[in-house]
Amino acid sequence: MSSFVQWLTESMFLWKALIIIVIFAITLGIAAYSTWAERKVAAYIQDRRGPNRAGWGGLLQPLADAGKMFFKEDFIPAQADRWLFILGPCLSMFTALMSSAVVPFGNSFIIGGKEVFVQAIEINIGILYVFGVVSLGVYGVMIGGWASNNKFSLLGAIRAASQNISYELAMGMSIIAILMMSGTLSLREIVAQQHGGNWNVFYQPLGFLIFTVCAFAECNRTPFDLPECETELVGGYHTEYSSMKLGFYLFAEYINMFASSAVTACLFFGGYNYPGMDFVESQLISALGANAGHNVATLVGIGSMFTKILFGIFFFMWVRWTVPRFRYDQLMNLGWKGLIPLAVGNLVVTAGAILSGYKLVGIWIGLALMVVLISVGWSMRPKKKNAIMGA
Amino acid sequence: MQLTNRAKKTDKSELSLFERSYLPSLATGLGITIKHFFQAKPTIEYPEQKRYLGPVFRGHHILKRDEEGRERCTACGLCAVACPAEAISMVAQERVKGEEHLYREEKYAAVYEINMLRCIFCGLCEEACPKQAVYLRHDKFVPVFTDRSDVIYGKDQLVEDMNQRYQRDAWTKEDAMKLWK
Repeated sequence: MSSFVQWLTESMFLWKALIIIVIFAITLGIAAYSTWAERKVAAYIQDRRGPNRAGWGGLLQPLADAGKMFFKEDFIPAQADRWLFILGPCLSMFTALMSSAVVPFGNSFIIGGKEVFVQAIEINIGILYVFGVVSLGVYGVMIGGWASNNKFSLLGAIRAASQNISYELAMGMSIIAILMMSGTLSLREIVAQQHGGNWNVFYQPLGFLIFTVCAFAECNRTPFDLPECETELVGGYHTEYSSMKLGFYLFAEYINMFASSAVTACLFFGGYNYPGMDFVESQLISALGANAGHNVATLVGIGSMFTKILFGIFFFMWVRWTVPRFRYDQLMNLGWKGLIPLAVGNLVVTAGAILSGYKLVGIWIGLALMVVLISVGWSMRPKKKNAIMGA
Repeated sequence: MQLTNRAKKTDKSELSLFERSYLPSLATGLGITIKHFFQAKPTIEYPEQKRYLGPVFRGHHILKRDEEGRERCTACGLCAVACPAEAISMVAQERVKGEEHLYREEKYAAVYEINMLRCIFCGLCEEACPKQAVYLRHDKFVPVFTDRSDVIYGKDQLVEDMNQRYQRDAWTKEDAMKLWK
Protein backbone atom coordinates (compact mmCIF):
# COMPACT_ATOMS: atom_id res chain seq x y z
CA MET A 1 0.00 0.00 0.00
CA SER A 2 2.69 2.43 0.97
CA SER A 3 4.56 1.68 -2.23
CA PHE A 4 1.38 2.55 -4.12
CA VAL A 5 1.11 5.88 -2.31
CA GLN A 6 4.76 6.51 -3.01
CA TRP A 7 4.24 5.69 -6.66
CA LEU A 8 1.22 8.00 -6.77
CA THR A 9 3.14 10.94 -5.31
CA GLU A 10 6.35 10.36 -7.20
CA SER A 11 4.92 9.58 -10.60
CA MET A 12 3.31 12.11 -12.85
CA PHE A 13 -0.05 10.40 -12.34
CA LEU A 14 -1.66 12.97 -10.03
CA TRP A 15 -0.36 15.96 -11.91
CA LYS A 16 -1.41 14.48 -15.23
CA ALA A 17 -4.87 13.67 -13.86
CA LEU A 18 -5.17 17.24 -12.60
CA ILE A 19 -4.08 18.70 -15.93
CA ILE A 20 -6.47 16.43 -17.86
CA ILE A 21 -9.38 17.43 -15.64
CA VAL A 22 -8.53 21.12 -15.94
CA ILE A 23 -8.20 20.91 -19.73
CA PHE A 24 -11.47 18.97 -19.92
CA ALA A 25 -13.25 21.55 -17.77
CA ILE A 26 -11.79 24.47 -19.73
CA THR A 27 -12.78 22.87 -23.03
CA LEU A 28 -16.35 22.41 -21.83
CA GLY A 29 -16.46 25.86 -20.30
CA ILE A 30 -15.17 27.58 -23.40
CA ALA A 31 -17.55 25.57 -25.58
CA ALA A 32 -20.48 26.55 -23.35
CA TYR A 33 -19.53 30.19 -23.43
CA SER A 34 -18.96 29.98 -27.19
CA THR A 35 -22.72 29.54 -27.54
CA TRP A 36 -23.17 32.76 -25.59
CA ALA A 37 -20.41 34.47 -27.55
CA GLU A 38 -21.88 33.29 -30.82
CA ARG A 39 -25.18 34.94 -30.01
CA LYS A 40 -23.48 38.10 -28.79
CA VAL A 41 -21.21 38.34 -31.83
CA ALA A 42 -24.13 37.68 -34.15
CA ALA A 43 -26.13 40.38 -32.39
CA TYR A 44 -23.34 42.96 -32.44
CA ILE A 45 -22.62 42.34 -36.11
CA GLN A 46 -26.31 42.75 -36.86
CA ASP A 47 -26.53 45.96 -34.77
CA ARG A 48 -28.38 44.28 -31.93
CA ARG A 49 -27.56 43.75 -28.24
CA GLY A 50 -27.94 39.98 -27.96
CA PRO A 51 -28.90 38.02 -24.85
CA ASN A 52 -28.81 40.32 -21.82
CA ARG A 53 -31.56 39.09 -19.49
CA ALA A 54 -30.04 36.03 -17.81
CA GLY A 55 -27.32 37.38 -15.57
CA TRP A 56 -25.07 40.35 -16.24
CA GLY A 57 -24.74 40.75 -20.02
CA GLY A 58 -26.58 37.44 -20.43
CA LEU A 59 -23.69 35.53 -18.91
CA LEU A 60 -25.98 32.90 -17.41
CA GLN A 61 -27.50 32.21 -20.82
CA PRO A 62 -25.53 28.96 -21.39
CA LEU A 63 -26.94 27.60 -18.12
CA ALA A 64 -30.45 28.58 -19.14
CA ASP A 65 -29.96 26.99 -22.56
CA ALA A 66 -28.63 23.78 -21.07
CA GLY A 67 -31.51 23.69 -18.59
CA LYS A 68 -33.96 24.11 -21.42
CA MET A 69 -32.28 21.35 -23.40
CA PHE A 70 -32.41 18.93 -20.47
CA PHE A 71 -36.08 19.48 -19.78
CA LYS A 72 -37.28 19.09 -23.36
CA GLU A 73 -38.98 15.87 -24.34
CA ASP A 74 -36.38 13.34 -25.44
CA PHE A 75 -38.11 11.93 -28.47
CA ILE A 76 -36.99 8.92 -30.51
CA PRO A 77 -38.95 8.33 -33.72
CA ALA A 78 -40.73 4.96 -33.92
CA GLN A 79 -38.98 3.95 -37.12
CA ALA A 80 -35.53 5.04 -35.99
CA ASP A 81 -32.78 2.60 -35.09
CA ARG A 82 -32.84 3.17 -31.35
CA TRP A 83 -29.28 2.24 -30.45
CA LEU A 84 -27.61 3.99 -33.34
CA PHE A 85 -29.85 6.98 -32.72
CA ILE A 86 -28.49 7.24 -29.20
CA LEU A 87 -24.94 6.37 -30.26
CA GLY A 88 -24.74 9.22 -32.83
CA PRO A 89 -24.60 12.23 -30.50
CA CYS A 90 -22.50 10.32 -27.96
CA LEU A 91 -19.90 9.56 -30.61
CA SER A 92 -19.96 13.15 -31.85
CA MET A 93 -19.35 14.50 -28.35
CA PHE A 94 -16.76 11.83 -27.52
CA THR A 95 -14.58 12.46 -30.56
CA ALA A 96 -14.90 16.21 -30.16
CA LEU A 97 -13.67 16.03 -26.58
CA MET A 98 -10.78 13.71 -27.43
CA SER A 99 -9.21 15.95 -30.02
CA SER A 100 -7.73 18.50 -27.63
CA ALA A 101 -5.81 15.82 -25.69
CA VAL A 102 -2.52 16.28 -27.53
CA VAL A 103 -2.62 20.06 -27.81
CA PRO A 104 0.16 21.71 -25.80
CA PHE A 105 -1.59 24.54 -24.00
CA GLY A 106 1.57 25.75 -22.34
CA ASN A 107 5.21 24.99 -21.84
CA SER A 108 5.80 23.17 -18.54
CA PHE A 109 5.55 23.53 -14.80
CA ILE A 110 8.44 22.54 -12.55
CA ILE A 111 6.93 20.87 -9.52
CA GLY A 112 9.13 19.17 -6.96
CA GLY A 113 12.07 19.09 -9.32
CA LYS A 114 10.05 17.44 -12.08
CA GLU A 115 8.96 18.98 -15.33
CA VAL A 116 5.22 18.57 -16.04
CA PHE A 117 4.06 19.49 -19.52
CA VAL A 118 0.82 21.48 -19.74
CA GLN A 119 -0.65 18.91 -22.07
CA ALA A 120 -2.81 15.87 -21.48
CA ILE A 121 -0.55 13.45 -23.32
CA GLU A 122 2.67 14.13 -25.16
CA ILE A 123 2.87 11.69 -28.05
CA ASN A 124 5.27 11.93 -30.94
CA ILE A 125 2.48 11.57 -33.52
CA GLY A 126 0.28 14.38 -32.16
CA ILE A 127 -0.85 15.65 -35.57
CA LEU A 128 -1.77 12.17 -36.77
CA TYR A 129 -3.78 11.65 -33.59
CA VAL A 130 -5.71 14.89 -34.16
CA PHE A 131 -6.42 13.87 -37.73
CA GLY A 132 -7.53 10.41 -36.74
CA VAL A 133 -9.93 11.70 -34.11
CA VAL A 134 -11.29 14.47 -36.30
CA SER A 135 -12.05 12.04 -39.11
CA LEU A 136 -13.82 9.78 -36.61
CA GLY A 137 -16.05 12.75 -35.81
CA VAL A 138 -17.95 12.32 -39.04
CA TYR A 139 -19.20 8.93 -37.78
CA GLY A 140 -21.32 10.65 -35.15
CA VAL A 141 -23.02 12.76 -37.78
CA MET A 142 -23.27 9.89 -40.24
CA ILE A 143 -24.72 7.39 -37.76
CA GLY A 144 -27.15 9.95 -36.35
CA GLY A 145 -28.39 10.90 -39.80
CA TRP A 146 -28.70 7.27 -40.88
CA ALA A 147 -30.43 6.08 -37.70
CA SER A 148 -33.06 8.84 -37.88
CA ASN A 149 -34.72 7.07 -40.82
CA ASN A 150 -35.53 10.42 -42.39
CA LYS A 151 -34.70 11.61 -45.89
CA PHE A 152 -33.46 14.99 -44.78
CA SER A 153 -31.31 13.57 -42.01
CA LEU A 154 -29.77 11.09 -44.39
CA LEU A 155 -29.08 13.78 -46.99
CA GLY A 156 -27.44 15.93 -44.32
CA ALA A 157 -25.35 12.99 -43.16
CA ILE A 158 -24.25 12.16 -46.69
CA ARG A 159 -23.29 15.76 -47.25
CA ALA A 160 -21.33 15.84 -44.02
CA ALA A 161 -19.46 12.67 -44.89
CA SER A 162 -18.52 13.66 -48.42
CA GLN A 163 -17.63 17.20 -47.35
CA ASN A 164 -15.38 16.06 -44.52
CA ILE A 165 -13.62 13.49 -46.68
CA SER A 166 -13.07 15.99 -49.51
CA TYR A 167 -11.66 18.68 -47.26
CA GLU A 168 -9.51 16.35 -45.20
CA LEU A 169 -7.37 15.77 -48.29
CA ALA A 170 -6.53 19.43 -48.81
CA MET A 171 -6.11 19.93 -45.07
CA GLY A 172 -3.72 17.00 -44.82
CA MET A 173 -1.64 18.26 -47.70
CA SER A 174 -1.42 21.76 -46.27
CA ILE A 175 -0.14 20.22 -43.04
CA ILE A 176 2.38 17.99 -44.83
CA ALA A 177 4.11 21.19 -45.93
CA ILE A 178 4.51 22.14 -42.29
CA LEU A 179 5.71 18.66 -41.39
CA MET A 180 8.35 18.88 -44.13
CA MET A 181 9.67 22.06 -42.55
CA SER A 182 9.55 20.91 -38.94
CA GLY A 183 10.50 17.28 -39.49
CA THR A 184 8.34 16.09 -36.61
CA LEU A 185 4.75 15.05 -35.98
CA SER A 186 4.78 16.07 -32.34
CA LEU A 187 2.69 19.19 -31.71
CA ARG A 188 4.90 20.15 -28.77
CA GLU A 189 8.01 20.14 -30.94
CA ILE A 190 6.28 21.98 -33.75
CA VAL A 191 5.33 24.67 -31.26
CA ALA A 192 8.81 24.73 -29.74
CA GLN A 193 10.36 25.23 -33.18
CA GLN A 194 8.27 28.38 -33.66
CA HIS A 195 9.96 29.97 -30.66
CA GLY A 196 11.19 33.52 -31.16
CA GLY A 197 8.67 34.80 -33.65
CA ASN A 198 9.34 32.07 -36.23
CA TRP A 199 5.64 31.48 -36.62
CA ASN A 200 4.71 29.08 -39.36
CA VAL A 201 2.12 31.48 -40.74
CA PHE A 202 5.00 33.57 -42.16
CA TYR A 203 6.51 30.50 -43.79
CA GLN A 204 3.25 28.97 -44.93
CA PRO A 205 0.79 31.74 -45.85
CA LEU A 206 -0.92 29.65 -48.50
CA GLY A 207 -0.89 26.59 -46.27
CA PHE A 208 -2.54 28.63 -43.55
CA LEU A 209 -5.24 29.84 -45.93
CA ILE A 210 -6.00 26.31 -47.11
CA PHE A 211 -5.94 24.96 -43.57
CA THR A 212 -8.36 27.64 -42.35
CA VAL A 213 -10.83 27.04 -45.15
CA CYS A 214 -10.67 23.29 -44.52
CA ALA A 215 -11.08 23.80 -40.79
CA PHE A 216 -14.30 25.66 -41.48
CA ALA A 217 -15.50 22.80 -43.65
CA GLU A 218 -14.48 20.17 -41.11
CA CYS A 219 -16.34 21.94 -38.32
CA ASN A 220 -19.43 22.25 -40.54
CA ARG A 221 -19.40 25.98 -40.00
CA THR A 222 -20.77 28.62 -42.35
CA PRO A 223 -20.05 29.08 -45.25
CA PHE A 224 -19.78 25.28 -45.37
CA ASP A 225 -22.63 24.32 -43.05
CA LEU A 226 -24.41 22.34 -45.73
CA PRO A 227 -25.00 19.27 -43.52
CA GLU A 228 -27.43 21.28 -41.42
CA CYS A 229 -28.61 23.64 -44.12
CA GLU A 230 -32.02 24.72 -42.79
CA THR A 231 -33.30 26.16 -46.03
CA GLU A 232 -32.96 22.86 -47.87
CA LEU A 233 -32.80 20.08 -45.31
CA VAL A 234 -35.05 21.21 -42.43
CA GLY A 235 -32.31 20.64 -39.83
CA GLY A 236 -29.90 18.38 -41.69
CA TYR A 237 -28.56 15.37 -39.83
CA HIS A 238 -30.13 16.43 -36.53
CA THR A 239 -33.65 17.00 -37.87
CA GLU A 240 -35.11 14.20 -35.72
CA TYR A 241 -33.13 15.00 -32.60
CA SER A 242 -34.48 16.80 -29.58
CA SER A 243 -33.53 17.48 -25.99
CA MET A 244 -29.94 16.95 -24.87
CA LYS A 245 -29.15 14.67 -27.82
CA LEU A 246 -29.58 17.70 -30.04
CA GLY A 247 -27.69 19.64 -27.40
CA PHE A 248 -24.77 17.22 -27.73
CA TYR A 249 -24.61 17.69 -31.48
CA LEU A 250 -24.67 21.47 -31.18
CA PHE A 251 -22.20 21.40 -28.31
CA ALA A 252 -19.84 19.11 -30.22
CA GLU A 253 -19.72 21.74 -32.97
CA TYR A 254 -18.47 24.33 -30.49
CA ILE A 255 -15.95 21.94 -28.97
CA ASN A 256 -14.69 21.21 -32.48
CA MET A 257 -14.34 24.94 -33.04
CA PHE A 258 -12.28 25.22 -29.88
CA ALA A 259 -10.12 22.25 -30.84
CA SER A 260 -9.51 23.45 -34.37
CA SER A 261 -8.65 26.94 -33.12
CA ALA A 262 -6.20 25.35 -30.70
CA VAL A 263 -4.60 23.24 -33.43
CA THR A 264 -4.43 26.26 -35.76
CA ALA A 265 -2.75 28.25 -33.02
CA CYS A 266 -0.23 25.45 -32.47
CA LEU A 267 0.53 24.84 -36.12
CA PHE A 268 0.63 28.39 -37.46
CA PHE A 269 0.75 30.92 -34.63
CA GLY A 270 3.40 29.46 -32.38
CA GLY A 271 1.07 28.03 -29.73
CA TYR A 272 2.11 29.38 -26.32
CA ASN A 273 4.95 31.44 -27.82
CA TYR A 274 4.68 35.18 -27.87
CA PRO A 275 7.07 37.94 -28.89
CA GLY A 276 9.56 38.77 -26.20
CA MET A 277 8.91 35.68 -24.09
CA ASP A 278 12.57 35.02 -23.38
CA PHE A 279 12.94 38.50 -21.90
CA VAL A 280 9.81 38.02 -19.76
CA GLU A 281 11.02 34.65 -18.54
CA SER A 282 14.50 35.89 -17.64
CA GLN A 283 13.00 38.84 -15.77
CA LEU A 284 10.59 36.56 -13.89
CA ILE A 285 13.35 34.09 -13.02
CA SER A 286 15.59 36.84 -11.66
CA ALA A 287 12.66 38.22 -9.69
CA LEU A 288 11.08 35.01 -8.37
CA GLY A 289 13.82 32.38 -8.55
CA ALA A 290 14.33 29.65 -11.12
CA ASN A 291 11.34 27.41 -10.49
CA ALA A 292 8.67 29.93 -9.60
CA GLY A 293 9.85 32.25 -12.38
CA HIS A 294 9.59 29.45 -14.92
CA ASN A 295 6.12 28.49 -13.68
CA VAL A 296 4.81 32.05 -13.85
CA ALA A 297 6.31 32.45 -17.32
CA THR A 298 4.46 29.27 -18.33
CA LEU A 299 1.23 30.78 -17.03
CA VAL A 300 1.80 33.84 -19.21
CA GLY A 301 2.42 31.49 -22.14
CA ILE A 302 -0.88 29.71 -21.44
CA GLY A 303 -2.53 33.12 -21.49
CA SER A 304 -1.05 33.85 -24.91
CA MET A 305 -2.23 30.44 -26.18
CA PHE A 306 -5.77 31.08 -25.00
CA THR A 307 -5.76 34.56 -26.50
CA LYS A 308 -4.96 32.97 -29.85
CA ILE A 309 -7.63 30.29 -29.38
CA LEU A 310 -10.28 32.83 -28.44
CA PHE A 311 -9.41 34.98 -31.41
CA GLY A 312 -9.70 31.87 -33.58
CA ILE A 313 -13.18 31.18 -32.22
CA PHE A 314 -14.12 34.81 -32.75
CA PHE A 315 -12.90 34.53 -36.33
CA PHE A 316 -15.11 31.46 -36.84
CA MET A 317 -18.09 33.52 -35.68
CA TRP A 318 -17.08 36.62 -37.56
CA VAL A 319 -17.00 34.65 -40.82
CA ARG A 320 -20.27 32.91 -40.01
CA TRP A 321 -22.14 36.20 -39.82
CA THR A 322 -20.45 37.59 -42.92
CA VAL A 323 -20.43 34.93 -45.62
CA PRO A 324 -23.56 33.25 -47.01
CA ARG A 325 -23.70 29.50 -47.41
CA PHE A 326 -22.08 27.87 -50.45
CA ARG A 327 -24.04 25.80 -52.90
CA TYR A 328 -23.12 22.13 -52.79
CA ASP A 329 -21.46 22.03 -56.21
CA GLN A 330 -19.52 25.20 -55.32
CA LEU A 331 -18.31 23.50 -52.17
CA MET A 332 -17.10 20.47 -54.10
CA ASN A 333 -15.53 22.61 -56.83
CA LEU A 334 -13.65 24.66 -54.28
CA GLY A 335 -12.43 21.57 -52.47
CA TRP A 336 -11.38 19.38 -55.36
CA LYS A 337 -10.51 21.86 -58.09
CA GLY A 338 -9.30 24.75 -55.97
CA LEU A 339 -7.79 23.78 -52.66
CA ILE A 340 -6.24 20.41 -53.48
CA PRO A 341 -4.24 21.67 -56.51
CA LEU A 342 -3.20 24.70 -54.48
CA ALA A 343 -2.12 22.46 -51.62
CA VAL A 344 -0.06 20.33 -54.01
CA GLY A 345 1.52 23.49 -55.43
CA ASN A 346 2.26 24.67 -51.91
CA LEU A 347 3.91 21.33 -51.22
CA VAL A 348 6.17 21.67 -54.27
CA VAL A 349 7.08 25.25 -53.41
CA THR A 350 7.90 24.30 -49.81
CA ALA A 351 10.04 21.40 -50.94
CA GLY A 352 11.93 23.65 -53.34
CA ALA A 353 12.44 26.28 -50.67
CA ILE A 354 13.78 23.73 -48.18
CA LEU A 355 16.19 22.38 -50.83
CA SER A 356 17.37 25.87 -51.75
CA GLY A 357 18.34 26.54 -48.14
CA TYR A 358 16.52 29.87 -47.91
CA LYS A 359 13.20 28.85 -46.38
CA LEU A 360 11.42 32.14 -45.85
CA VAL A 361 12.56 33.92 -49.02
CA GLY A 362 12.31 30.76 -51.08
CA ILE A 363 8.70 30.12 -50.12
CA TRP A 364 7.57 33.66 -50.84
CA ILE A 365 9.37 33.68 -54.21
CA GLY A 366 7.91 30.26 -54.99
CA LEU A 367 4.41 31.39 -54.11
CA ALA A 368 4.83 34.52 -56.24
CA LEU A 369 5.97 32.31 -59.13
CA MET A 370 2.94 30.11 -58.58
CA VAL A 371 0.59 33.09 -58.72
CA VAL A 372 2.28 34.28 -61.91
CA LEU A 373 1.97 30.82 -63.46
CA ILE A 374 -1.68 30.52 -62.51
CA SER A 375 -2.55 33.95 -63.89
CA VAL A 376 -0.67 33.26 -67.12
CA GLY A 377 -2.54 30.00 -67.46
CA TRP A 378 -5.78 31.80 -66.68
CA SER A 379 -5.22 34.45 -69.33
CA MET A 380 -4.50 31.72 -71.94
CA ARG A 381 -7.73 29.83 -71.26
CA PRO A 382 -10.13 29.43 -74.20
CA LYS A 383 -12.56 32.36 -74.06
CA LYS A 384 -16.25 31.62 -74.07
CA LYS A 385 -18.37 33.70 -76.40
CA ASN A 386 -21.31 35.15 -74.59
CA ALA A 387 -23.87 37.14 -76.55
CA ILE A 388 -25.87 38.25 -73.52
CA MET A 389 -23.01 39.77 -71.62
CA GLY A 390 -22.05 42.07 -74.47
CA ALA A 391 -19.33 43.89 -72.60
CA MET B 1 -37.69 54.49 -71.89
CA GLN B 2 -36.19 55.89 -68.75
CA LEU B 3 -38.75 56.43 -66.00
CA THR B 4 -36.47 57.31 -63.12
CA ASN B 5 -32.78 57.99 -62.84
CA ARG B 6 -32.36 55.56 -59.99
CA ALA B 7 -31.71 52.54 -62.19
CA LYS B 8 -28.17 51.23 -61.87
CA LYS B 9 -26.44 49.47 -64.65
CA THR B 10 -25.08 46.17 -63.38
CA ASP B 11 -21.58 45.15 -64.28
CA LYS B 12 -21.85 41.75 -65.90
CA SER B 13 -18.35 41.53 -67.29
CA GLU B 14 -16.51 38.35 -66.50
CA LEU B 15 -14.71 38.20 -63.16
CA SER B 16 -10.96 38.39 -63.12
CA LEU B 17 -8.90 35.62 -61.54
CA PHE B 18 -8.30 37.75 -58.46
CA GLU B 19 -12.02 38.35 -58.04
CA ARG B 20 -12.78 34.70 -58.67
CA SER B 21 -10.51 33.69 -55.81
CA TYR B 22 -13.31 35.08 -53.60
CA LEU B 23 -10.77 36.60 -51.25
CA PRO B 24 -11.18 40.33 -52.05
CA SER B 25 -14.94 40.26 -51.60
CA LEU B 26 -14.51 38.14 -48.48
CA ALA B 27 -12.16 40.74 -47.04
CA THR B 28 -14.59 43.54 -47.90
CA GLY B 29 -17.41 41.62 -46.25
CA LEU B 30 -15.40 40.98 -43.10
CA GLY B 31 -14.55 44.68 -43.03
CA ILE B 32 -18.21 45.64 -43.19
CA THR B 33 -19.27 43.25 -40.45
CA ILE B 34 -16.48 44.25 -38.08
CA LYS B 35 -17.44 47.89 -38.64
CA HIS B 36 -20.97 47.06 -37.55
CA PHE B 37 -19.59 45.07 -34.63
CA PHE B 38 -18.12 48.23 -33.12
CA GLN B 39 -20.93 50.56 -34.06
CA ALA B 40 -23.33 51.96 -31.45
CA LYS B 41 -26.49 49.89 -31.20
CA PRO B 42 -29.86 51.57 -31.78
CA THR B 43 -31.65 49.18 -29.40
CA ILE B 44 -33.98 50.66 -26.78
CA GLU B 45 -34.01 48.34 -23.77
CA TYR B 46 -37.77 48.31 -23.61
CA PRO B 47 -39.00 47.66 -20.10
CA GLU B 48 -36.26 49.85 -18.63
CA GLN B 49 -36.22 52.51 -21.33
CA LYS B 50 -39.32 53.77 -23.04
CA ARG B 51 -39.47 55.72 -26.22
CA TYR B 52 -41.70 58.76 -26.70
CA LEU B 53 -44.40 57.48 -29.01
CA GLY B 54 -45.72 60.77 -30.35
CA PRO B 55 -48.77 62.88 -29.50
CA VAL B 56 -51.14 60.83 -31.64
CA PHE B 57 -50.35 57.41 -30.19
CA ARG B 58 -53.52 55.52 -29.23
CA GLY B 59 -53.11 53.81 -25.87
CA HIS B 60 -55.13 53.51 -22.67
CA HIS B 61 -58.66 54.95 -22.76
CA ILE B 62 -59.66 57.85 -20.54
CA LEU B 63 -63.07 59.31 -19.71
CA LYS B 64 -62.41 63.04 -19.42
CA ARG B 65 -63.84 65.44 -16.85
CA ASP B 66 -64.40 69.10 -17.56
CA GLU B 67 -62.63 72.02 -15.81
CA GLU B 68 -64.95 71.79 -12.82
CA GLY B 69 -64.33 68.09 -12.42
CA ARG B 70 -67.66 66.92 -13.86
CA GLU B 71 -67.79 63.83 -16.05
CA ARG B 72 -68.33 64.83 -19.64
CA CYS B 73 -69.91 61.54 -20.77
CA THR B 74 -73.66 61.63 -21.32
CA ALA B 75 -74.04 57.94 -22.16
CA CYS B 76 -75.34 58.59 -25.66
CA GLY B 77 -73.85 55.27 -26.83
CA LEU B 78 -72.31 56.65 -30.03
CA CYS B 79 -68.91 55.26 -29.07
CA ALA B 80 -70.42 51.81 -28.57
CA VAL B 81 -72.08 52.07 -31.98
CA ALA B 82 -68.89 53.25 -33.64
CA CYS B 83 -66.77 50.57 -32.05
CA PRO B 84 -65.92 47.98 -34.73
CA ALA B 85 -64.86 45.47 -32.13
CA GLU B 86 -67.97 45.94 -29.96
CA ALA B 87 -65.80 46.43 -26.93
CA ILE B 88 -67.76 49.20 -25.25
CA SER B 89 -70.91 48.81 -23.21
CA MET B 90 -72.66 51.20 -20.84
CA VAL B 91 -75.70 51.69 -18.62
CA ALA B 92 -77.24 55.17 -18.65
CA GLN B 93 -78.85 56.87 -15.68
CA GLU B 94 -80.59 60.17 -15.10
CA ARG B 95 -78.85 62.78 -13.02
CA VAL B 96 -80.81 63.65 -9.88
CA LYS B 97 -80.77 66.86 -7.93
CA GLY B 98 -77.57 67.40 -5.98
CA GLU B 99 -75.42 65.55 -8.53
CA GLU B 100 -74.77 68.59 -10.74
CA HIS B 101 -71.22 68.83 -9.48
CA LEU B 102 -70.56 65.23 -10.57
CA TYR B 103 -72.05 65.01 -14.04
CA ARG B 104 -72.14 67.76 -16.62
CA GLU B 105 -75.14 66.50 -18.60
CA GLU B 106 -78.59 65.49 -17.40
CA LYS B 107 -77.91 61.89 -18.29
CA TYR B 108 -74.71 60.07 -17.36
CA ALA B 109 -73.11 56.63 -17.61
CA ALA B 110 -73.61 54.73 -14.40
CA VAL B 111 -71.59 51.86 -15.82
CA TYR B 112 -69.04 52.32 -18.59
CA GLU B 113 -67.06 49.24 -19.51
CA ILE B 114 -64.42 48.55 -22.14
CA ASN B 115 -63.36 45.01 -22.86
CA MET B 116 -59.64 45.46 -23.44
CA LEU B 117 -59.29 42.08 -25.09
CA ARG B 118 -61.74 43.15 -27.78
CA CYS B 119 -60.48 46.69 -28.21
CA ILE B 120 -58.28 47.19 -31.23
CA PHE B 121 -57.25 50.77 -30.29
CA CYS B 122 -58.57 52.19 -33.57
CA GLY B 123 -59.73 55.42 -31.99
CA LEU B 124 -63.19 55.48 -33.61
CA CYS B 125 -64.85 55.98 -30.17
CA GLU B 126 -62.77 59.12 -29.79
CA GLU B 127 -63.96 60.37 -33.17
CA ALA B 128 -67.59 59.48 -32.52
CA CYS B 129 -67.87 61.16 -29.13
CA PRO B 130 -69.96 64.40 -29.38
CA LYS B 131 -68.99 65.50 -25.86
CA GLN B 132 -65.19 65.07 -26.10
CA ALA B 133 -65.48 62.60 -23.24
CA VAL B 134 -63.54 59.54 -24.37
CA TYR B 135 -59.92 59.71 -25.50
CA LEU B 136 -57.09 57.28 -26.08
CA ARG B 137 -54.08 58.53 -24.18
CA HIS B 138 -50.73 58.80 -25.92
CA ASP B 139 -48.64 58.28 -22.81
CA LYS B 140 -49.95 55.07 -21.26
CA PHE B 141 -50.29 51.49 -22.39
CA VAL B 142 -52.96 49.05 -21.35
CA PRO B 143 -50.87 46.66 -19.28
CA VAL B 144 -50.54 42.92 -19.77
CA PHE B 145 -53.40 40.83 -18.35
CA THR B 146 -52.62 37.85 -16.21
CA ASP B 147 -56.23 37.00 -15.44
CA ARG B 148 -59.48 37.07 -17.40
CA SER B 149 -61.18 39.01 -14.64
CA ASP B 150 -58.76 41.90 -15.25
CA VAL B 151 -59.85 42.29 -18.85
CA ILE B 152 -62.96 44.45 -18.50
CA TYR B 153 -62.09 47.99 -17.46
CA GLY B 154 -64.80 49.87 -15.55
CA LYS B 155 -65.20 53.50 -14.66
CA ASP B 156 -62.79 53.15 -11.75
CA GLN B 157 -59.96 52.59 -14.21
CA LEU B 158 -61.18 54.89 -16.96
CA VAL B 159 -62.37 58.17 -15.43
CA GLU B 160 -59.80 60.93 -15.25
CA ASP B 161 -58.12 61.73 -11.96
CA MET B 162 -58.39 65.48 -11.29
CA ASN B 163 -55.05 65.46 -9.51
CA GLN B 164 -53.29 64.07 -12.54
CA ARG B 165 -55.14 65.53 -15.47
CA TYR B 166 -54.36 64.10 -18.87
CA GLN B 167 -53.09 66.50 -21.47
CA ARG B 168 -51.59 65.94 -24.85
CA ASP B 169 -48.14 67.50 -25.08
CA ALA B 170 -46.52 68.35 -28.38
CA TRP B 171 -49.19 69.74 -30.63
CA THR B 172 -46.79 70.97 -33.26
CA LYS B 173 -44.28 68.96 -35.20
CA GLU B 174 -41.42 70.96 -33.68
CA ASP B 175 -42.56 70.13 -30.13
CA ALA B 176 -42.87 66.46 -31.03
CA MET B 177 -39.37 66.37 -32.54
CA LYS B 178 -38.00 67.81 -29.29
CA LEU B 179 -39.62 65.05 -27.23
CA TRP B 180 -38.63 62.36 -29.66
CA LYS B 181 -34.93 62.92 -29.23
